[in-house]
Amino acid sequence: MTITQEKDARETLARVVDPEIPVITIAELGILRAVEQTAEGAVRVTITPTYSGCPAMDVIREEIRVALAADGFRDVRIDTVLSPAWTTDWITADGRRKLADFGIAPPAPAGRGGPVPVVIQPRPVAVRCPQCGSERTREVSRFGSTACKAQYRCDACLEPFDYFKSL
Amino acid sequence: MSDRQEYALRLADDALILSHRLAEWSSNAPDLEEDIALTNIGLDLLGQARELLTYAGELEGAGRDEDDLAYLRTEHEFTCCHLVEQPNGDFGATMARQLYFSTYQLALYEQLTLSTDDRFAAIAAKAVKEVLYHRDHATGWVIRLGDGTALSHDRMQRGLDQMWRFCGELFEPDEVTGRLAAGIGVDPERLLPAWNSHIDAVLSEATMSRPSGTWRPGTGRRGVHSEHLGYLLAEMQYLHRLHPGASW
Repeated sequence: MTITQEKDARETLARVVDPEIPVITIAELGILRAVEQTAEGAVRVTITPTYSGCPAMDVIREEIRVALAADGFRDVRIDTVLSPAWTTDWITADGRRKLADFGIAPPAPAGRGGPVPVVIQPRPVAVRCPQCGSERTREVSRFGSTACKAQYRCDACLEPFDYFKSL
Repeated sequence: MSDRQEYALRLADDALILSHRLAEWSSNAPDLEEDIALTNIGLDLLGQARELLTYAGELEGAGRDEDDLAYLRTEHEFTCCHLVEQPNGDFGATMARQLYFSTYQLALYEQLTLSTDDRFAAIAAKAVKEVLYHRDHATGWVIRLGDGTALSHDRMQRGLDQMWRFCGELFEPDEVTGRLAAGIGVDPERLLPAWNSHIDAVLSEATMSRPSGTWRPGTGRRGVHSEHLGYLLAEMQYLHRLHPGASW
């Protein structure tokens, strides 16, 4: 595979979206870690899971394979790595904007070690409502429709919404 | 079996069995949000268990994968602690078990991120961020229920008392942890001060008293379990044993 092919593979993969949040690509989400050519000329794609138990990983691997095959890449190797551990800080600026447009409040900076180890609530970060922009929001539950989201409610517009929690 | 493989299996079995217990709350939790929370925590633990079982299988080198190890070992081959196999009981008892276990697991994984074994370190570095959320979740509920109504106060205390005697096993060293403590694994005794400090802070905030019962010596790491594990495995392994190799 030449450098051009590697670039083409990257462009193909730039179209692969997350199966659970289909407005954001795996590159924007920060789970696509590397696209390289191996010595044998295969495409080696390296991905990392958001959460250890993320059930979307199998589907993501399959979609990578399908997208590359459709663009003529037959020899594909997909590696899944755990280290360094994924963090929401890897979500790109475009990705964050798309999440907000889709109705999911983007994560606050994770900093070192992810969530704040508190004994007593509340969380220090104000989460902005993706519908009306108000910061008068409340956490309903730390766990939401997928492992990576929490459930919130806006006290201004009264709409419920998802918050992509920091990790 | 090598020490490293045995250690990977212990960590995996704790996560796997607790994950199954939490999955039992699916459609049974007090409200929908809690149903989702408990199953999401279970899902995190299942993901950790899968990584650890896969690694244990690789260390063994006999071709067993995560499914073989999860579904085809018998009760006496599991080395989980007794705490995680305890039945859910009421919500207070489940939250007590969650608080005790996640506080222990967080301290353990924090240490394990420093392991000289790259694989253990990577699995722990990933999991530690998840478990911080688990501990937050349990902490919040123990405080809310403990410092709540007279009824919730009593039930929370009962849950804490009920699960208490199984905590000692978490911190018991043995030959395997002794041989691995030099850098690969974690000496469980060293986790006790951090555990006590968080548990005492939460109990105090929750107006709960620290249970006074003695800690029962553990036998889970040797494959000797409470009667509950067999029933759990019967349910968990049934489908795979009936249809070997079944997958989604």
